Amino acid sequence: MNENSKTFELEALQKRDRAVFAQVLDQNSDRIYRLALKMLGNVQDAEDILQETFIKAFNNIDQFEGRSKVSTWLYRIAVNESLMLLRKRKGNTIQLDAPLETDEGDLIPRQIVDWCCLPEKELMNTETRDHIREAVKTLSDANRAAFILRDVEGLSTQETAEALDISESAVKVRLMRARMQLREELTAFFAEKMIKETL
Amino acid sequence: MTHEHDITCQNILENLNTYIDGELGDEICADIEAHIQTCLDCRIVVNTLKKTIELCKYADSESSLPVETRHRLFAKLNLEDYEKKD
Repeated sequence: MNENSKTFELEALQKRDRAVFAQVLDQNSDRIYRLALKMLGNVQDAEDILQETFIKAFNNIDQFEGRSKVSTWLYRIAVNESLMLLRKRKGNTIQLDAPLETDEGDLIPRQIVDWCCLPEKELMNTETRDHIREAVKTLSDANRAAFILRDVEGLSTQETAEALDISESAVKVRLMRARMQLREELTAFFAEKMIKETL
Repeated sequence: MTHEHDITCQNILENLNTYIDGELGDEICADIEAHIQTCLDCRIVVNTLKKTIELCKYADSESSLPVETRHRLFAKLNLEDYEKKD
């Protein structure tokens, strides 16, 4: 979308043009649902967050200044809504801008097993996919949000920082922690499979 | 990792994210690639980390918005008239 059409879209949204609202819904509902599903882990919560995100976005469209993409702004609302729900469930406080932990132990690889050589059918079967979904759930909420936006949804580091309202360097640290934790989880999973195969 | 390339392995770890994301300069990229050619541990870490990201993307690739959920979303926002029927 070029600058002229972005300005047009923003003006139309602020005039509450229903056809443009519907277009924004069409273009973004898939990605917001995917994000919510990954953040919350079940379809009912994901649907609630999906609806709440668009209701909030359309009710507060005057606050959107168009400095970021509409999709980034929607991601930001969806992440905040997801974290609020998780906070309610867990009864504690999750802050995306909380100070980063200083322990670097989680950034050091512990298991060195070369599982990349496994056949594709083992790397991409249903059992592996289920294991990956469970592994993603074990990430801290803040690290999971950074990982989903950057690595699954494919946002740039800058867009991820905007969506999470944190600095780019904080995104990089959270992303590294998430990636390394998932690598350890998958290494343990595939190493066990490799051992079983040799028995 | 415990082998003779400790300092260089540490450098690899420090730059792992930016290397994987292709955000490093040519010179340091070349240094990293030369290192991982000779250091099996680092090569495994780099390759398994890349594969981890790839598999996580793949695991999520079939999570699309169900038609009924999409329909309820349009209805909730009173935009049924604009919902495209596939």
